[in-house]
Amino acid sequence: MIEIKNLNKKFQDNNVLKNLNIKIKKGESAVVIGQSGTGKSVMLKCLLGLINPDKGSIRINNKEIYDKNLKYINKNNTKIGMLFQGGALFDSLPIWKNVSFTALQEKVSEKKCKIKSEQTLEKVGLGPEVLNLFPSELSGGMQKRVALARAIFPEPDIIFFDEPTTGLDPITADVINNLILDRVKELGATALTITHDMASARTIANKIYMLHEGNIIWDGNVNELETTDNKFILQFIKGESIGPIGLHNN
Amino acid sequence: MKILINTGSSVVGFFQETGKISIFIVHIFKAAFSRWYLKNIFTQLLSIGYLSLPVVALTSFFTGGALAIQIYYGGNQFNSEIIVSSIVALGITRELGPVLGGIVVAGRVSAAIAAELGTMKVTEQIDALKTLSTDPFEYLVLPRVIAGIIALPILVGFADIIGIMGGWLVGVQSLGFNGTAYLQNTEIFLDSKDIISGLIKASAFGFIITLMGCFHGFHSKGGAQGVGKSTMNAVVSSSILILATNYIMTNLLFVS
Repeated sequence: MIEIKNLNKKFQDNNVLKNLNIKIKKGESAVVIGQSGTGKSVMLKCLLGLINPDKGSIRINNKEIYDKNLKYINKNNTKIGMLFQGGALFDSLPIWKNVSFTALQEKVSEKKCKIKSEQTLEKVGLGPEVLNLFPSELSGGMQKRVALARAIFPEPDIIFFDEPTTGLDPITADVINNLILDRVKELGATALTITHDMASARTIANKIYMLHEGNIIWDGNVNELETTDNKFILQFIKGESIGPIGLHNN
Repeated sequence: MKILINTGSSVVGFFQETGKISIFIVHIFKAAFSRWYLKNIFTQLLSIGYLSLPVVALTSFFTGGALAIQIYYGGNQFNSEIIVSSIVALGITRELGPVLGGIVVAGRVSAAIAAELGTMKVTEQIDALKTLSTDPFEYLVLPRVIAGIIALPILVGFADIIGIMGGWLVGVQSLGFNGTAYLQNTEIFLDSKDIISGLIKASAFGFIITLMGCFHGFHSKGGAQGVGKSTMNAVVSSSILILATNYIMTNLLFVS
């Protein structure tokens, strides 16, 4: 379970998050959509402890992840996986070491790590031939799959996905979306995805949140997307330049 | 008015940067009391030390040779065999070995570290490390700093030997000195303090080079241009700091 309460984050004069509230139930796959620069990535970075918020609280599995001084407390036992927008694979390490990075740091034997890496890569549709390759030797879609394998390797309770289909062709994007859907279901994990790809949102989500100017302005399930009369949602889905959402300068 | 504003912002910027570097050093010290990634330290020792050896050796060799010629033709040629050998030995071990070695390694290593960590920063690899429960200071920074502190004195030790040999070769081949006498004079005039002071300086320079590389790499912003800028800043700042630290350490080691 992920609970964000009154989250605020400001960069100089730019209020990126304004009293943001989201509650994602255990096992739910939530997708946050919104224009670029509305605070989606900042919210995700606050959830990961990469950026400290100015105000508010975040609870993961009923445990606060920030102390009273809003300092990140890295004492939550919840296993968290993260798929970065660009994959963020370590280019100095071969694929199998990328996938099993956490286990290698915990001094699990290389042999065991390599076997589990192979099994995990198989789940994302990659064969043993990629094990000893380096990230630069793979295509963008394959790198995303490896990054997904790394995210699911520790069998996390919670997985975050940052723009999982950005930069991919529609077919590869659909493959990634379905892999995310299957793996999240298999793990029974709680998932939070941020994207502006509506096809991705429709495939992955149980529930969709629309973030605009630092706050949630709409939430509902996937079916409600088609029936809503919310002008922001309608403009966003149709990708129209005219509507209540102006061009963002951030 | 504009001059005042510019001066003020430069002063504020300087103190902000100094503060950031101080905090960065505190993080390194904290990491030093946590986990040591020995494999990473070894890899960095090879990269900083072993792979820098050819360039440091060449620099030192030619510097030793040039120094011998300068002393011979620039000074009194009476008793020049003693003067040339002693000044080459003292010059190389006390100053030129550590300083030139440091600056050459700064150009090679500091730039490489800043570019590598800068690329990791802008491609979110450092963020990924944090999400994988790995402290980037323990995994990336500390191994480089430790390797720098260890590798530089070793490199300078080699540079000292090769620099003196450069002077010897020029002395014997071009200036007509007796080879055995040259080496004997070098041994007589060279004190262990001369060598040790150079090695202590080299250790400090190793810290500076890796610190600046890591610091600027960690603070890279905005893609390729940002990485390029941080690489340049790493080389410039480490070179200046090496020269300034050399002056301070020379005072501390030889004046007081």
